[in-house]
Amino acid sequence: MLLIPCPYCGPRPEIEFRCGGEAHIARPKEPVTIGDVAWGDYLFVRTNPKGVHAERWVHTHGCRRWFNALRDTLSDRILATYAVGEHRPDRPR
Amino acid sequence: MHRFSLGTLLAGAVCGHQRAVRQWRSPPPKAAYAALIVGGGGHGLATAYYLAKEHGLRDVAVLEKGWIGGGNTGRNTTIIRSNYLQQESMGLYEHALKLWEGLAHELNYNVMFSQRGVLMLAHNEHDVRSLKRHVYANRLNGIDNEWLTPEEAKAICPPLNISPTLRYRVVGAALQQRGGVARHDAVAWGYARAADAMGVDIIENCEVLGFMRDPAGAIAGLETSLGPIRAARVGVVAAGHTSVVLARAGLKLPLESFPLQALVSEPVKPVFPSVVMSNTIHAYISQSDKGELVIGAGTDQYVSYSQRGGLHIAAHTLAAICELFPQFARLRMLRNWGGIVDVTPDRSPIIGLTPIPGLYVNCGWGTGGFKATPGSGHVFAHTLAKGEPHPIAVPFAIDRFATGRLIDEAAAAAVAH
Repeated sequence: MLLIPCPYCGPRPEIEFRCGGEAHIARPKEPVTIGDVAWGDYLFVRTNPKGVHAERWVHTHGCRRWFNALRDTLSDRILATYAVGEHRPDRPR
Repeated sequence: MHRFSLGTLLAGAVCGHQRAVRQWRSPPPKAAYAALIVGGGGHGLATAYYLAKEHGLRDVAVLEKGWIGGGNTGRNTTIIRSNYLQQESMGLYEHALKLWEGLAHELNYNVMFSQRGVLMLAHNEHDVRSLKRHVYANRLNGIDNEWLTPEEAKAICPPLNISPTLRYRVVGAALQQRGGVARHDAVAWGYARAADAMGVDIIENCEVLGFMRDPAGAIAGLETSLGPIRAARVGVVAAGHTSVVLARAGLKLPLESFPLQALVSEPVKPVFPSVVMSNTIHAYISQSDKGELVIGAGTDQYVSYSQRGGLHIAAHTLAAICELFPQFARLRMLRNWGGIVDVTPDRSPIIGLTPIPGLYVNCGWGTGGFKATPGSGHVFAHTLAKGEPHPIAVPFAIDRFATGRLIDEAAAAAVAH
């Protein structure tokens, strides 16, 4: 089980959270005109990296707020958390 | 190929099985092949076998980063069944089940395929409706599946607790009698041995580092940790690492990789005659021929390549097992491990062509790929040999994520789907 540093509540066990999947996937501004392939890419295609992954979490059984995290998918170590809407920070050491 | 028979078994017994012979070669890679398979798990080896056997394409190499059968083929709970809900899935998994039924004879290798029956439990009204829908859909498509009362289910699997005082009591079950289990390692070894005998090179400890392209953009070969290998056709069958491999060709797929856990108990005498699964309280269990109870847990909620999952996931499944089979509560667990499964949005595999000419992909089997091993290899070999999908694989093409014609097994199939 991960120990997740909620930016609002501090470190809490993973079972208090839900993972919202990859972060920074923007809904296309003109869904009607972009075509089926681009729309399918938006809905379904994911980076799925072996390495640093930017992802969304919600502290369901806590403050109920969403935030983003950078996590190494090989070690599961959480490298940083940051607010929704912020740019992805540079990868920490 | 060294053929096995009753005679070779008796001769082996007489000399204490000290004269075992290597069952496949370990050749260095040639400079070029007609086709390359990336990934030496069950699906990749089966693909190579059917390429050689059904399509006469023997100038083939299987490239494996580690050792064959060392990934998900060696980590799954070996359950085999074809009682899926959607017509396309039924076609694919029933194709595989039919191949399983003749596989040991075909490969001259004992894959220990045991059709001991797969019971899927219902615990509430919704389960009953859903599982009955599966039963009727399967029977309409000529696939065996039957509805049982709790008492009938207990007759099939005596350890099952059908007490009405259970928190989630058993109210019925669907039984696919032709379902069962097989020995996972033997499947990889059997396919490797038979493919090798037809001239396929199995190259272990060979990681794919990049893709070579010709001026027109088509596949020309692979850069590997053992040097460049040329081939005009490449099939990627890399399971949880498909996204990693195909990122090296600049492709992104609708896949996410999650750890899926399993665990086994200490070995005990034969106590468990069938396979039992429960979607609702999330448990699946069978007993291996070694006597261990083989138990499958769920996936973690986040993308990971760590090959280990959270302990709370396994603990959740064990709680369900102890409720259904209270007599197992004092068994000690021997091993617990994770494998990385590549999950698609509709929980159905992707089999077919990619936007790059000469590059084919077979992935997205998620939490349920082992049961499909022979069928997956068979239809993917056809796809590689002919350059177009096998009729059974047509609906599983990658373009379904653009057309929207998804094959939604997400809520319909088994545990963890």
